[in-house]
Amino acid sequence: MSTTTFLDLALADHFVPAEPEHQRLVLTNDSDPREADLSGITVIELQFPKFNDGRAFSQAFLLRRRLGFTGTIRATGDVLLDQLLQMQRSGFTQAVLRADQNLAHGQALLTHFPAFYQGDAVHTAPHFVASVVTHA
Amino acid sequence: MYQYSEFDSQFVHLRAQQFRDQLERWQAGTLREDEFKPLRLQNGWYVQRFAPMLRVAVPYGELSSPQLRVLAKIARDYDHKEEHDTSKAQAGLADVPTLPDRCGHFTTRQNVQYNWIPLHRSADVMDLLASVNMHGIQTSGNCIRNITTDALAGIAVDEVADPRPFAEIMRQWSTLHPEFSFLPRKFKIAITGAREDRAATPWHDVGLRLLRNVDGDLGFQVRVGGGMGRTPIIGAVIREFLPWHQILNYLEAVVRAYNRFGRRDNIYKARIKILVKAEGQAFTDQVEAEYRDILDKDGAPHTITQAELDRVSTFFVAPQLNCDRKSADAKIAHILKAAAEDDVEFSRWLQQNVKPHQNPDLRAVTLSFKRIGAAPGDATADQLDRAADLADRFSAGEARVTHEQNLLLPWVRCDQLPELWREARRLGLAKPNIGLLSDMIACPGGDFCDLANARSLPIAQTLLNRYKDLDELHDLGEIDLHISGCINSCGHHHSGHIGILGVDKDGQEWYQITLGGSDGTRLSGDATPGKVIGPAFAASEVPDVIEALLDTYRTQRTSGETFVHTVRRTGLDAFKTAANAVRVSTARA
Repeated sequence: MSTTTFLDLALADHFVPAEPEHQRLVLTNDSDPREADLSGITVIELQFPKFNDGRAFSQAFLLRRRLGFTGTIRATGDVLLDQLLQMQRSGFTQAVLRADQNLAHGQALLTHFPAFYQGDAVHTAPHFVASVVTHA
Repeated sequence: MYQYSEFDSQFVHLRAQQFRDQLERWQAGTLREDEFKPLRLQNGWYVQRFAPMLRVAVPYGELSSPQLRVLAKIARDYDHKEEHDTSKAQAGLADVPTLPDRCGHFTTRQNVQYNWIPLHRSADVMDLLASVNMHGIQTSGNCIRNITTDALAGIAVDEVADPRPFAEIMRQWSTLHPEFSFLPRKFKIAITGAREDRAATPWHDVGLRLLRNVDGDLGFQVRVGGGMGRTPIIGAVIREFLPWHQILNYLEAVVRAYNRFGRRDNIYKARIKILVKAEGQAFTDQVEAEYRDILDKDGAPHTITQAELDRVSTFFVAPQLNCDRKSADAKIAHILKAAAEDDVEFSRWLQQNVKPHQNPDLRAVTLSFKRIGAAPGDATADQLDRAADLADRFSAGEARVTHEQNLLLPWVRCDQLPELWREARRLGLAKPNIGLLSDMIACPGGDFCDLANARSLPIAQTLLNRYKDLDELHDLGEIDLHISGCINSCGHHHSGHIGILGVDKDGQEWYQITLGGSDGTRLSGDATPGKVIGPAFAASEVPDVIEALLDTYRTQRTSGETFVHTVRRTGLDAFKTAANAVRVSTARA
């Protein structure tokens, strides 16, 4: 099993959102995604006020896994290389990195681990289940 | 012991590579110091007063002899004081020339720490650790930390179920969890499978107790929100019984609630205990609702299968050992008949340092790392090597770090006790003081830690010197003495029968004394923080205060009554009066 990379990376100073504004929902860290009206929304922006504020990981998980949201989940704010892997695994599909970050290195870091122990928003089964299925 | 699969080993090596890349980017200046910090912390690398500190993860305390030898090599080859320019550091009151190096330090959370490894050699040390499937993953930082358990797990005579397979499954689940790697604050889980709680579970963010319900099914009692620090709180039971196979799903609900709602505005109010206390029943309701959603809407993906529990459990099958008990009795009798000095010391060692075992042919033996001239829990490179030899010769190649900062040999044949005792005594590790006053818990304190307000090690050393008479120690009986250099409580002063807390007043070291704390063992009673007996004492007064407290106990105790029971029965007044009577500098202040 190898990790596929599907997190779109962009630098904040070059980023122009493709979607019209009315299709975008910006959720603050203290809001509950389950209370949001997602009709007509194609992009949900979750914020990292600081890179080590992990609330948006749980919000992304709830949106992707619990609510089955299929649009883009975008990370904005203090988005750094070393958190991209967690973002991808929590259900983010786009990361707008702080302008000083190295995109090529970020891309490389996304494939560093072939697999993980616990299930996540993308590969839902934990290793102890997935590895049994693989070997069967 | 758990044997690493190819997947597990590769994972540890990849983690070491990932850290090397981060270190190199930090060295090159492309990763800022404040951005590198949480990454190095989650690999166990702190920066302290004089040098970095490395905390190596020892999952639930279990070490193999090859792992012990690598820990020895790290102590010998990397833990070097002379590689640091200590003159530039803020030394505080530390007496730098006397600070120990070339040693490892056993912690209350069953890990091993080093104080003198230069950061530029850190990636090499991680590679060395990875060679024996060790690492520093999540030994620091705001994430799920090493899961601790009872040092007698799997061998205790009062055990309901072996907690180690569950601890290992939880270790794997919590390792590099994508959603829970930047929690509001650190998150500590402890698990016990015995009737006696030897893992201080009520003092943890999550405390788990294995038990059987009326139908005989195995499950967990779940406590949440315990913790020490400036707000000592005992964890509240939020689930009386959770079926064992649901523990990961339930933990996910707990940690998600914490990640979303825990306070991030104030580091001192960021632990889950503050959230649980503030929300009360609403917190439990939130967790239960989230748990139901994980089961019903997410499909309970982390339900532990019987196959997985069986797979992991096979690694914890007891080694096949037996002995000729008749010859064991004869050997022990022979020793007891030998020199009178040996007679007393050996029988005391059997009494204090040797514990019964599920296998009647075996014993659990604690090597005491509480001795004069060394910091509590410190082991030199040679001692770590020799401990590995003892583990190979006497304990199926396994040793365990205990919560009380000693090393336990879990598989000792009873006919080998005399030989083990002689060997351990030769190494200075056979002091028969386990559970007694000198078996104290102490943090590294102001000598190393720049959070500390006062030093712990000189106080510990003074008390070790003062209370070395074994007759006196045995007469005083079981006393938990815990020393912390600051309110962060790494030395667990809150749970000590006698707690000593370093405080800072005008740049001088002062010590607040508490009485009657409990870690939750049967001896100590329900977990509770100790009570402060008055204003802080000067460092020079502390030994006399301790003596006054012990004297009060000696005069007040009834026959067979332990220190903590006397404190509970009589109340604090007599102890306060005695302690206040020895104030010299504080009386003048």
